[in-house]
Amino acid sequence: MIDISFSALVAQVFTGLVLGMIFVLLAIGLSLIFGLMTVVNFAHGSLFMLGAYFGVFLYGVTRNFWISLVVAPLMVGGLGLVIERFLIRRLYGRSPDDPLLLTFGLSLIMVEAARLIWGKIGLTLDPPRALAGAVDLGFMNFPAYRLFVIGITVLVLIAIWLFLERTNVGLIIRAGSRDPLMVRALGIDLSRIWLLVFGIGTGLAGLAGILAGPMRGVYAEMGVTMVIESFVVIVVGGMGSLIGAVVAGLLMGQVVGLTTYFAPALAEIMVFIAMAVVLLVRPSGLFGEAGLLE
Amino acid sequence: MRSIAAWIGAHPVVSFLIFFAVFPFLVPYQALATQVLIFGLFALGFNLLYGYTGLLSFGHAAYYGLGAYGTGIALARLHVASLWGALGTGLLLAGLGGAIIGFFCLRRRGIYFAMLTLAFAQLLYFVGFHLASVTGGDDGLRGIPQLRLGLPGLAVSLDSPISFYYFCFVLVGLAVAALKRILESPFGAVLQAIRENSDRAVACGYDVNRVKLLSFVFSAVFAGLAGSLDALRLTVVPIESLYWTTSGQVVMMTLLGGAGTFFGPFVGAATYLVLEDRLSVFTESWPLVIGAIFSAFVLFLPRGIWGTLTGGFHGRQST
Repeated sequence: MIDISFSALVAQVFTGLVLGMIFVLLAIGLSLIFGLMTVVNFAHGSLFMLGAYFGVFLYGVTRNFWISLVVAPLMVGGLGLVIERFLIRRLYGRSPDDPLLLTFGLSLIMVEAARLIWGKIGLTLDPPRALAGAVDLGFMNFPAYRLFVIGITVLVLIAIWLFLERTNVGLIIRAGSRDPLMVRALGIDLSRIWLLVFGIGTGLAGLAGILAGPMRGVYAEMGVTMVIESFVVIVVGGMGSLIGAVVAGLLMGQVVGLTTYFAPALAEIMVFIAMAVVLLVRPSGLFGEAGLLE
Repeated sequence: MRSIAAWIGAHPVVSFLIFFAVFPFLVPYQALATQVLIFGLFALGFNLLYGYTGLLSFGHAAYYGLGAYGTGIALARLHVASLWGALGTGLLLAGLGGAIIGFFCLRRRGIYFAMLTLAFAQLLYFVGFHLASVTGGDDGLRGIPQLRLGLPGLAVSLDSPISFYYFCFVLVGLAVAALKRILESPFGAVLQAIRENSDRAVACGYDVNRVKLLSFVFSAVFAGLAGSLDALRLTVVPIESLYWTTSGQVVMMTLLGGAGTFFGPFVGAATYLVLEDRLSVFTESWPLVIGAIFSAFVLFLPRGIWGTLTGGFHGRQST
């Protein structure tokens, strides 16, 4: 029989929560970009990977984790700006498959470039000394760095929510996802908004990458399975729905965390089974509107 | 050039037979010729779905892998004595997989579809990875015996590369003829109607979902035959057959050659394999170069090589 120890189970729930946070950061970025631009960014996983490598690079230069944590996502977001402005922009008005194909090609280039620059063997990124130990939560000890990841993700989510709900630019983004033609008719230059949103989305992928680095190690293929799982999160949550991305991301974190505990061999498979079930029961996803953005 | 291309377009099966009959003597070594045939067939199957029906699958490794594992398991684990039986197992498995996964993926349209096909292919990859007692897991499926080809009245050995090439040549030739038959049938016309305007095809009274599913299954069976042949060629099925990189490969081949053109898949497979062959001599980072070439094609030559020469489908129109 399975020996269920309570504290081990709770620890697993917390581990699942941390993984869920990484999923949420990736899925929110993908979902923002998709909702506004109907672009599926296949390179999202590779940008996640670059976030981690830039983190290692910056830490090597500055010896300061906090500076790396701020600058690495900015570098990835900057790369995202370049990709949108000079490559993806050429594809607007063409088949919606084309940006997916292009970013697929770009992700091959990025993974191979990372191998070329940083080698094939994975690197490690140490958490800052202040977060090296464990925190006593009363009923168990939990690594401080993982609590920090949970905290910072919550803060970022609140910031994004405030940005979308309380600022003018956020209003334009929301309006642009709903009816881009009308927004343009009101004399707003949407191309600048697209650029901004692509930068924010890819920056979030970079942030997820540097946050994941100390927990999962840094290697060139680290983004590949993550991007596919983030696609699953979006399908489950409902395409273009930010609430859906958050709920489904946390849910998938738990699915992976708990199956790792009860049946390790099934951990990778369960994510896809969960997706198949959602597709059967509620094809538009948990929070999706039927027929939206197809 | 255009008139030659037009003649080839009008007589695809004859052109295929003429060209590939002498193909092994035009390339540096025969193994490459066999690879081009097999991957050309794989891309041909993918192209039926993307180029002619307008559905972008990012998970065709699933059907290629099911074909490869089906044939491989029949020969290595179940000790099926007939090559035809083993090939049939592979095709059946690929077709069945296509029907089940297609049913799920076709519940969503557009860009969703691509992501779902990718997700289900990854599911199969992890299943193959963990079912090591059947599939060999990470080490791949080994120990596929080289059977003699049983024909009425004689048994042909496939040991030499050139006899195996012509064995593939005959089977791929049959597949090419079958594809031509499909595309020229009323069913084929509906496929292309769906590609051009799905809503209008519905309005015309076609059961679009059924037609799409059928196209999905046909496409999976073509991919499965390619996988089966590759299992016989290598006498081993690597786990990467099911991995997403294999799906990416067939996407790149088809687009390089020209989606929605009859010979684009073969042109693309040949281009990709020759590039890989030449580049890997100089650098380990050859995927970087191919990725850059592919990205450039998406940006500047969306019709691909053959499509630019003959004029073909260049992506679903945005709605």
